[in-house]
Amino acid sequence: MKALRNFLDKIKPQFEKGEKFGIFGSTFEAFESFLFVSDKVTSKGSHIRDNIDMKRTMSVVVIALVPALLFGMWNVGYQHFLSLGEQADFWATFWFGFLKVFPIIVVCYVVGLGIEFAFAQMRGHEVNEGFLVTGMIIPLILPPETPLWMVAVATAFAVIIGKEVFGGTGMNILNPALTARAFLFFAYPSNMSGDKVWIAEKADAFSGATPLGDALVGNIDKIPSPLEMIIGNIPGSIGETSVIAILIGAFILLYTGVGSWRIMFSVITGGLVMGWIFNLCAVNEYMQIPAWEHLIMGGFAFGAIFMATDPVTASQTNKGKFIYGFFIGLLAVLIRVVNPAYPEGMMLAILFMNVFAPLIDHYVIEANIKKRLKRAKKLINI
Amino acid sequence: MPTITKIRKGFDIRLIGEAEKTIKELETNRYALKPTDFIGVFPKLLIKEGDEVKAGSPVFFDKYRDNIVFTSPVSGKISEIRRGAKRVLLEIIINADPDISYIDFEKANPNDLTRELIIENMLKSGVWPLIRQRPYSVIADPADNPKAIFISAFDTSPLAPDNDLIVHGQGEIFQTGLDAIAKLTSGKVHLNLKADNPSSRVFSKSKNVQINEFTGPHPAGNISVQIQNIDPINKGDIIWYLYPQDVLTIGRLFIEGKFDASRMVALTGSEILKTKYYKTHIGASIEGMIEDNVTDIKKRFISGNVLTGSKIESTGFVGFYDSQVTVIPEGDHYEFLGWGLPNCNKFSFYRSFCSWMTPNKKFRIDTNINGGVRAFVMTGQFEKVFPMNIYPMQLIKAVLIEDIDLMENLGIYEVDEEDFALCEFISTSKIEIQSIIRKGLDLMRKEMS
Repeated sequence: MKALRNFLDKIKPQFEKGEKFGIFGSTFEAFESFLFVSDKVTSKGSHIRDNIDMKRTMSVVVIALVPALLFGMWNVGYQHFLSLGEQADFWATFWFGFLKVFPIIVVCYVVGLGIEFAFAQMRGHEVNEGFLVTGMIIPLILPPETPLWMVAVATAFAVIIGKEVFGGTGMNILNPALTARAFLFFAYPSNMSGDKVWIAEKADAFSGATPLGDALVGNIDKIPSPLEMIIGNIPGSIGETSVIAILIGAFILLYTGVGSWRIMFSVITGGLVMGWIFNLCAVNEYMQIPAWEHLIMGGFAFGAIFMATDPVTASQTNKGKFIYGFFIGLLAVLIRVVNPAYPEGMMLAILFMNVFAPLIDHYVIEANIKKRLKRAKKLINI
Repeated sequence: MPTITKIRKGFDIRLIGEAEKTIKELETNRYALKPTDFIGVFPKLLIKEGDEVKAGSPVFFDKYRDNIVFTSPVSGKISEIRRGAKRVLLEIIINADPDISYIDFEKANPNDLTRELIIENMLKSGVWPLIRQRPYSVIADPADNPKAIFISAFDTSPLAPDNDLIVHGQGEIFQTGLDAIAKLTSGKVHLNLKADNPSSRVFSKSKNVQINEFTGPHPAGNISVQIQNIDPINKGDIIWYLYPQDVLTIGRLFIEGKFDASRMVALTGSEILKTKYYKTHIGASIEGMIEDNVTDIKKRFISGNVLTGSKIESTGFVGFYDSQVTVIPEGDHYEFLGWGLPNCNKFSFYRSFCSWMTPNKKFRIDTNINGGVRAFVMTGQFEKVFPMNIYPMQLIKAVLIEDIDLMENLGIYEVDEEDFALCEFISTSKIEIQSIIRKGLDLMRKEMS
């Protein structure tokens, strides 16, 4: 380690502002601080600081995503061989999925981080770690058949228009990963929905519709069993299918306190409430499916655990988080069941509530302000 | 029975190096007054280098409020007046006599004096600056009539000195001090004790005050937290506050008729070989405390505690309001992949480090920032260590955009920078929150005057 440190110390001056490689200053800093926690000490305020930093926080989320990612890779292979009617052993299955998914991840990171580094250099600040998570989530919410160039275009759109124009990580209004998905959804609908895209290189005769796709067109009897939807060996976006893998991630997020239990809890509550309302006034078969089944269908679980909880785009007050989450769950199920154009409502529900999150916070804070004013007034009246 | 308030949110930082309960007389002849200890004071010197002073002789006064005079804590010769950039007055160093001689002030039972006489006595003897006010945490204005006076008798900050030990056996002096303070307000004097263990009889037997009890982690001992639970500050309200050692100083002024700036200072921190309490005076040099008593790595010397104290040199002086010196390792070293390893020996508020599994273990923490400065990303964290009915992050952002109305609405009058020290400690984005809040308070004070 000493040799590496010495090497970094030796080349560091060349990356200072105005020096030979000055334009890569932020890039150098990003790699250096990745390898070594910096030697900077406190200069004002508290003399000691917690060991937590953005890198560690973001790595926790990435680790939490790994179960869904690994299962997704296997499932991509599994669905492929299933549609062909072939038998393949575990490793062959996984390998097929790996070869499909890994390029998407690489493209996503290369494009996204490239833009992040460029913007960090332009603005003269350190590279933010936020994209480490975004770059992992984007592949997981795409169909396995998404062309790589689309991944690149969508990632660039999400990072530039979704995030950097607002000032970078921490300032964005919309969840960047969902911005990427929404971009593809509306720009290239044929590659993002229907029953052609969910299974990689599938045989033509095989149906390949997702449970939500089936439900929307009335094929309620074709919906896989709840057990299959929990395990996740069904067609769908790469990381969304397995509720078990997602719950492992949820456990990691809740255990470390990185993900907000308030949002997860209220999204689920919202989904259940809307499901029950449909049950009560059911006029078709889709409205009759048990409320809890909505939680394990499609992207609901993935959205609730990993996307709604993005701290930057969610409500920032604790009370606001309950309201924000509740409406995500409610709207997601509402859109799914009622709107014939969109089989899945989670993406739109989260994006919609992202936009409303500042408003929710505004009213929560306004209530605090009113309370303070009331306290002052009461004293005057005495 | 006093009311017990339970503070649920907060966090105790478990550091190595609490002061052992042994008391030693500090041998030093160097003392200093540091005008930088006093927020918002513009010092005008009344002495020059080489002048002889007695304990209680005026040294400087505040240009903006010229009745507030700062006096020498000991008798001796002004050996040096140290200035910094732009001739800012940093330290007025006094070489003390072996035996302290005092200026005579009036001896009296405060119960027999009027409010005006008490204030006059306190102003001219130089004990007045011990009383500070909320909002803004500046020295109290004698012309104000505060709605209450708060005394926090316990300190919950890391490695804090034990006030029970400090006041032990000084019941009469403490009570005299309280009597004088009680005359300063038409409202109540609140003496706030820790409910968990029985406080010293000096505190629990105090009269002429209302005793309140608190329990819970840091910042339960912070004045702002106590005020908000007992008598919250509304716009226009003024509350004065002070600490037990200040009450003793005021008590001695009225009993003995002199500015006896005696002070007990706890020497704490992981880099101290033998921690203990020192008996000395306000503004003592720390040289005598750390001589042959520290480890030989690079260290940081702090007057005060690790969260709110100020950095001093190894030849520096204890601050006017501080009764603690902390010495911790300087953290100016790189650490390979330090952010990624499980690290059970690293202290953290968060569970992503496995050190939370050893809830009683104490840690040696250095001054490394442990990361880089980022924009606000994580939410809901500050609220866990901020036991007040205020939205901390929103208030910080209001200060950053200098929105006066919003700051006022979000409760800037009720807070002090020290209340945000824990937020600063746990901040994932490594934001300098205390200085942001100080900036906000200074801005409000300027706007409101």
